[in-house]
Amino acid sequence: MKEYDVIVVGAGPAGLAAACEAYQNGAERVLVVERDKEPGGILNQCIHSGFGLHYFKEELTGPEYAGRFIDLLRATGAELLLDTMVLHVSEEKEVTMVNPRDGCFTARADAVILTMGCRERTRGAIGIPGTRPAGVFTAGMAQRYVNIEGYMVGRKVVILGSGDIGLIMARRMTLEGAKVAACVELMPYSNGLGRNIVQCLDDFGIPLYLSHTITEIRGERRVEGVVVSRVDGRGKPVPGTERFFDCDTVLLSVGLIPENELSKEAGIELDPRTKGPAVYENMETSVPGIFACGNVVHVHDLVDFVTAESRRAGAAAARFCGRADAWDPFEPAVPLENGENVGYTVPQHIRPGRIDRYAEVFFRVKRVFGDSVIEVSDGGKILSSFRRDHMAPGEMEHIVIPKRLLQNAGKITVSAKEGKRN
Amino acid sequence: MKHLICIVCPKGCHLNVDEENGCSVTGNGCPRGAEYGREELTHPTRVVTSTVKITGGAHRRCPVKTDRGIPKELVLRAMELLDGVTLTAPVRRGDVALPNVFGTGVNFVVTRDL
Repeated sequence: MKEYDVIVVGAGPAGLAAACEAYQNGAERVLVVERDKEPGGILNQCIHSGFGLHYFKEELTGPEYAGRFIDLLRATGAELLLDTMVLHVSEEKEVTMVNPRDGCFTARADAVILTMGCRERTRGAIGIPGTRPAGVFTAGMAQRYVNIEGYMVGRKVVILGSGDIGLIMARRMTLEGAKVAACVELMPYSNGLGRNIVQCLDDFGIPLYLSHTITEIRGERRVEGVVVSRVDGRGKPVPGTERFFDCDTVLLSVGLIPENELSKEAGIELDPRTKGPAVYENMETSVPGIFACGNVVHVHDLVDFVTAESRRAGAAAARFCGRADAWDPFEPAVPLENGENVGYTVPQHIRPGRIDRYAEVFFRVKRVFGDSVIEVSDGGKILSSFRRDHMAPGEMEHIVIPKRLLQNAGKITVSAKEGKRN
Repeated sequence: MKHLICIVCPKGCHLNVDEENGCSVTGNGCPRGAEYGREELTHPTRVVTSTVKITGGAHRRCPVKTDRGIPKELVLRAMELLDGVTLTAPVRRGDVALPNVFGTGVNFVVTRDL
């Protein structure tokens, strides 16, 4: 069986950054396994700009951002295995994979980094009533058809969901000559970035219907239209508010789910809130030596944060191989919990002994806030607070907690509430 | 006073632009936001990203972008210009796909190696 220091599952933005960082931190035998025929993951189809403002301090398109990391990876001695599907990862860190050249084979590593990313929720996942004609796509699937394969998916479009991919596709379809009749959002607010509402909908006069949903898809062979209804405060359609939109295409931007089949098989503990592995401060999962980063852990808005998180995972994986960071089951770990108005936190546990000066914590709030305060507390005692003038569920929040506050903490709770600016 | 959401970066600052006082901007988190606020009311621009036909590459389409913003009113016409462009592989990130769009000095450049 072939042996590696680190095996990385996936060559999207998380896998590329984690592999580079593992190599640069002393892991010599690094293998990156990718199921697609090329590295780069979802960035290859995200041809719009807006990537890299934090990390590279310039505005790049998705392919450019991926291209920089592909170049970095090629400059290392890491091995990249394309067109290869990982079938199984064991707790002993044996990785079984298959491809058309080598068939089915297994390799072993001292550390494994899981970077499988996430998948789109489909029509089946949200159960839209109606017929089942052609012309209903997830927004990301349509994005791949249009931007990479070169197929136009439709002429008259209604988009369900106002997540970033849906908004980006509203603009993309419009630029390619389609008419986007409406963007329909179940929630009373958009889950997309404010800038995308402006430059993808407002710029082209595309109406956004908040607190509305598609209650019927009509059409025999191809979509012929949709019925859109207003919903009440509990998300139930309000009778009498139905209106018909003539369209041949429905794009769904209704959420992403971390893809964790491999994690489950490896016996890794998943967090039901994020649907991804529960991780420590260095992105290590509940299985010693198996790390996870990027959208497989929690769905990010910005690739820059994926890169930062993945570099942390890569460096930690390299240290794990060198035994400098051996697993100690008795090492104290502080659990992090989501308090009022906060949906989850990543990481879920922090080992204060393993952080330098502060720990980074990511989370999402459950509703839209204006002037507000994020509170970090330990059993009711407030340790630290952070002011914000705007927060929304669609925009991931990020705070840092100094090491000295964590050293004697029993359980950290992160919560959010209304609060005026001083 | 005009209220805008800044589109320069994902932070999306809520800007207030005072048209009566030389378009002075408040609410911006950085100097680029102030510049965006002023430009958006005087001569709005957008970076255009799309794809063009390519032969001999791994894919049939090659992604491109304008290397700077072009006037907003030229966006749809610039899209039409791209219909006439066919590249031949290999191309490199940064290669010019279409120079000097409508005499603006802005170029469409390739955004991936193909």
